[in-house]
Amino acid sequence: MIKIEKRNDVPMTLYFFTPFIAIILTILGGGIIFYILGFNPIEALKFYFITPISNLYGLSELLLKATPLCLIAIGLSFCFKSNNWNIGAEGQLTFGAIVGGGVALLFYNQEGFYILPLVILAGAIGGMIFALIPAILKTYFNTNEILVSLMLVYVSKLLLDYLVVGPWSNPEGFNFPETRQFSNSSRMPLLFEGLRIHAGIFLALAAVMLSWFILYKTYLGFQIKVSGLSLKTAKYAGFKGKTMILVVFMISGACAGLAGVGEITGPIGQLHRMISPDYGFTAIIVAFLGRLNPFGIIFASLVVALTYLGAETAQIFLQIPKYTGQVFQGMILFFLLASDYLLFFKVKILNLKKNELRH
Amino acid sequence: MYKNFFRYLISAIFLLGFSVNSNADFKVGFVYVGPTGDHGWTFQHHEGRNAVEAAGIKTTFVESVPEGADAERVIRQLAQSGHDLIFTTSFGYMDPTNKVAKDFPNVKFEHATGYKREHSNVSTYSARFYEGRTLLGHIAGKMTKTNTIGYIASFPIPEVIRGINAMTLAAQKVNPNIKTKIVWVFTWYDPGKEAEAAQALIDQGADVIMQHTDSTAPVQTAEKAGVWSFGQASDMQRFAPKSILTSIIDDWAPYYVERAIAARDGTWNQQDTWHGLKEGMVAMGPYNSAMGADLVKEVEQLQKDLASGKVHSFTGPIYDQKGNILVAEGKVADDGMLAGMSVYVKGVEGDIPK
Repeated sequence: MIKIEKRNDVPMTLYFFTPFIAIILTILGGGIIFYILGFNPIEALKFYFITPISNLYGLSELLLKATPLCLIAIGLSFCFKSNNWNIGAEGQLTFGAIVGGGVALLFYNQEGFYILPLVILAGAIGGMIFALIPAILKTYFNTNEILVSLMLVYVSKLLLDYLVVGPWSNPEGFNFPETRQFSNSSRMPLLFEGLRIHAGIFLALAAVMLSWFILYKTYLGFQIKVSGLSLKTAKYAGFKGKTMILVVFMISGACAGLAGVGEITGPIGQLHRMISPDYGFTAIIVAFLGRLNPFGIIFASLVVALTYLGAETAQIFLQIPKYTGQVFQGMILFFLLASDYLLFFKVKILNLKKNELRH
Repeated sequence: MYKNFFRYLISAIFLLGFSVNSNADFKVGFVYVGPTGDHGWTFQHHEGRNAVEAAGIKTTFVESVPEGADAERVIRQLAQSGHDLIFTTSFGYMDPTNKVAKDFPNVKFEHATGYKREHSNVSTYSARFYEGRTLLGHIAGKMTKTNTIGYIASFPIPEVIRGINAMTLAAQKVNPNIKTKIVWVFTWYDPGKEAEAAQALIDQGADVIMQHTDSTAPVQTAEKAGVWSFGQASDMQRFAPKSILTSIIDDWAPYYVERAIAARDGTWNQQDTWHGLKEGMVAMGPYNSAMGADLVKEVEQLQKDLASGKVHSFTGPIYDQKGNILVAEGKVADDGMLAGMSVYVKGVEGDIPK
């Protein structure tokens, strides 16, 4: 007989320590997978986790990849902390990119210092508006926000498809599904010549600081945390639940929209159909790996970004299939959830006597 | 295709005997947009890579590289890690390829289906797939009972429109009553959408289905519905043995081997390649015996004539949908016109999405 009991008094230090356990277990699990696939596990792991960041370019790429993940995850932490399950960050990213990209396209043949701020602002507002849809439907019509936000991802992607194929496609582009290139004034300034890391990283860092301030130093943050712990308590305390839901979704959407705008004004430079390799979904792993804590999220976004880069390097140098990157991301989440479970619950194996079994 | 493969294997063994260690560090990199097991576009590029490998040249590939921000990093990493020649095998890699090429003047780049060669170390290459479409049109025109051909199209770019037009013109030649119905799916690879599109066309009376997308879903749908179909990019016969009449096969192997050897021996230079049936970059799969011996013979002759240049896919008179003349009688369309083709010919139904 196996019996599962809830543990009392789980130390918080252990709670913040389990992500590291999950990462170590993932690395061990990855080593075993590489071994089974016939690769030298030490060498494979080296190509996976060390080679990609062994030079300046690699570090820049790591930060470039981590920036959207961090931004989105910060936004999601507001939702998740308050028990609002926004699964549609990918859609909010896409819609933010559409709105921001639309503004950038308006100025495609103009230069000016005011253009980039306008584009960024438009992106944030776009993401915000798109996140408001599931929020309003949830607060006023009692719909399930998981379903609505997820379905809206496909709406936004199809809208983007329509725009880049049709009305916004580059008139000189032979009907290829992409817009014009943005003008230089709509592009994020590069931080270093020759590297792709751009000013978007400051947006992510600002989001981290701001979210820490809101979550831990303001009344809103307190409301969010209490609602997350117990909705009944929040109601009893007289918190205005509806406003809070709208606000967390708006923050979350704005962050995702910023991530989208960062991608199109940063490394991409135009709108096309492939603006995000599902950052919005991967950021869910990042948010939980970072324990919904702003500084934890920075760390988690770097780890998850590294799994993307490592998968590429491992394929280039060892021809390990690139999909191992997704396997690694899956393993991280699995081990994290598993260690959380074991942290909060005890598994007891009971020895039953023979006569007890007869009953 | 296997014939080719063995040809290269033999030449590879021959070459190995003479040039052992002449350039041991020479490496070729490939960037793929899909998985190597897609049985279509990427699968064929991977076959090409295998041929290069068989020619005794070291190769590396990275599969499923999204056409967004990641492409530049992958291409750059290949350039940085000692690859001397890099094939980027999807249109969306055009700008990243040119960008990386600027920073690595000693590395050679080959971009498939693009038109930008901004630096002297970038070549572009593509195949005259439309020649294969001419053969499909001829077969379809003869095989259809409903006089309706269903065409699943990806994006309204010149390459796709060229295929639709070439097919329609050839079908009209053998069957003046032919109509071409088109469904745009706006994707290169989405088995679900492609299957739905095929079913929609069948429901509208099409009894021959063809597609300019990469998955095997359309031929499988056709097989189930009992209508004719054609394989695209690779020989898809085993996915729909009854339904498939033939396949257009992209055979990149000869080109890849030639260019890799040229780059290794220092004779590589920039070019814009557009090869067809003549050079073997476009090949045809086995013809279905259901076509009947006479039709097979006809098509094989047409294939020879297209390859020798005796017949051109776009020979005048060609009219657009409104009846305006596009190519005058006795003339053939030049490559410039083909490269920018953006209107349907007469007999195609509907409008090009804008």
